[in-house]
Amino acid sequence: METRPDLPEPRRGLSRRGLLKGFGATLGLAAFAKAIAPLTEWAPTVSLDEFLQKHYLELSPVDLEIILRRLERETREQYGTDVTIADHRAPAGVKFGYALNLSICNGCRRCAEACHLENNHDRPSHQSYIRVFEMQKGSLDLEKGNVHYDHPVPQPDKFYLPVQCQQCERPPCVEVCPVEATWKEPDGIVVVDYNWCIGCRYCQAACPYHARRFNWTKPQIPATEINPDQSYLSNRIRPQGTMEKCHFCLHRTRNGRLPACLEACPTGARVFGNLLDPDSEIRQVLAHKRVFVLKEELGLRPQFFYFFDV
Amino acid sequence: MACALLTIGAGLAWAVGRELAAARSGDAPASGPMVAGTNHPVIIGRPAGPPTVLAGFTDHQGDPVQVTCGACHTTTQPNLAIRSGEQLEQFHQGLHYAHGSLSCLSCHNAEDYDTLRLADGSPVEFGDVMQLCGQCHGPQLRDYERGLHGGMTGYWDLTRGPRSRHNCITCHDPHAPAYPLVHPVFPPRDRVAAGVHP
Repeated sequence: METRPDLPEPRRGLSRRGLLKGFGATLGLAAFAKAIAPLTEWAPTVSLDEFLQKHYLELSPVDLEIILRRLERETREQYGTDVTIADHRAPAGVKFGYALNLSICNGCRRCAEACHLENNHDRPSHQSYIRVFEMQKGSLDLEKGNVHYDHPVPQPDKFYLPVQCQQCERPPCVEVCPVEATWKEPDGIVVVDYNWCIGCRYCQAACPYHARRFNWTKPQIPATEINPDQSYLSNRIRPQGTMEKCHFCLHRTRNGRLPACLEACPTGARVFGNLLDPDSEIRQVLAHKRVFVLKEELGLRPQFFYFFDV
Repeated sequence: MACALLTIGAGLAWAVGRELAAARSGDAPASGPMVAGTNHPVIIGRPAGPPTVLAGFTDHQGDPVQVTCGACHTTTQPNLAIRSGEQLEQFHQGLHYAHGSLSCLSCHNAEDYDTLRLADGSPVEFGDVMQLCGQCHGPQLRDYERGLHGGMTGYWDLTRGPRSRHNCITCHDPHAPAYPLVHPVFPPRDRVAAGVHP
């Protein structure tokens, strides 16, 4: 390019444009640093392995095995006790159903306590998947139920309504989950991948049975009270900031055992079994008792049935 | 030919059906609904046998002596007028009794106090107490046989393990069978709702 002698020499040193560029770059760098600052904070609570972990349903058997052993190791480091975390899969030909006799339930809350102990719930908050409502006879309005009753039970004008996850056939909690961290298994149990859950609590808002619980804090459990018989989708100790819910004690029931709440019931009000087996106790309930489900009008088709002796 | 085969088939089906029905009705009081291919039992808890009471004295080793019912009742005359423990002058005075309009000898056998007595007068072992209760409490026995009444522990899937079931008097005191008032355990500690309700 030919030099034109009539134009002034370009100025040396700091131009206005250069200054603005530098200023902008500094701002950008600062903003970027601020934006990634939270990343420096997750390091102590979430390991890189957990951060990079895939969704439960996408895990290969080898990946899952590595994760289960890692979770066992982390439990030992954080809670000071040895546990076994297994992966109990849904058995073929089984669809779980639960029924509860409201004429017999006396509201003693032993089921809620058994759930608390079996499922490694946070001790200080008395977390449990079961909430027992004291209800006025003649009403099924859950909003009018009282869960804080503290007097001898049963009171003559009241009945007692234990409510836990109803394992809906059309679960609204599953539909609203933005990350598919909760889903319905082939045996009817709605489960949560605690490591995939982002803790947005949409599912809690969507559930009309108040069945979902949130871990506001890291669960506190003395080492001697931890139930070491654990499963990935059920009672392993949940991380802070994740949702959890009743899973019909799948670490027990998928091995053929009865749920902890049923075994703890001193009145025998609870009936559990395989809905696909015509000889099962749960089918006897459906065949011989006038069962109903809570909030039937919502059309969610719960697999948890209630009945009165008549 | 086809007709003969059909007849044989129907006959076989009828026989098998009867067999199954008989097996089920025979099993029912003891085991409830059974699953085909069952390989683990349903164990019904049974009272150990005739109950014993403290005789009020000790043996030569200083242990209190327990005696069976028959120890005293073989030498005392049954008194049909007695309807509760409070009417007695010795033994059983503290017995809380609230069981409808029954009297002692409605269920206890005056001819052999180490057994119980059915409504038709025939004796029944203490271990078979459910047979006695079931005479009046038909709906409960019916529900029990279907697995809908009474607590249980163990396995819902009997192919994987056994199941234990209670008997009537595990939960119900036969002298005052109404389930007592209890104080609830494990009060909830909800983050926000605590204290809202009285």
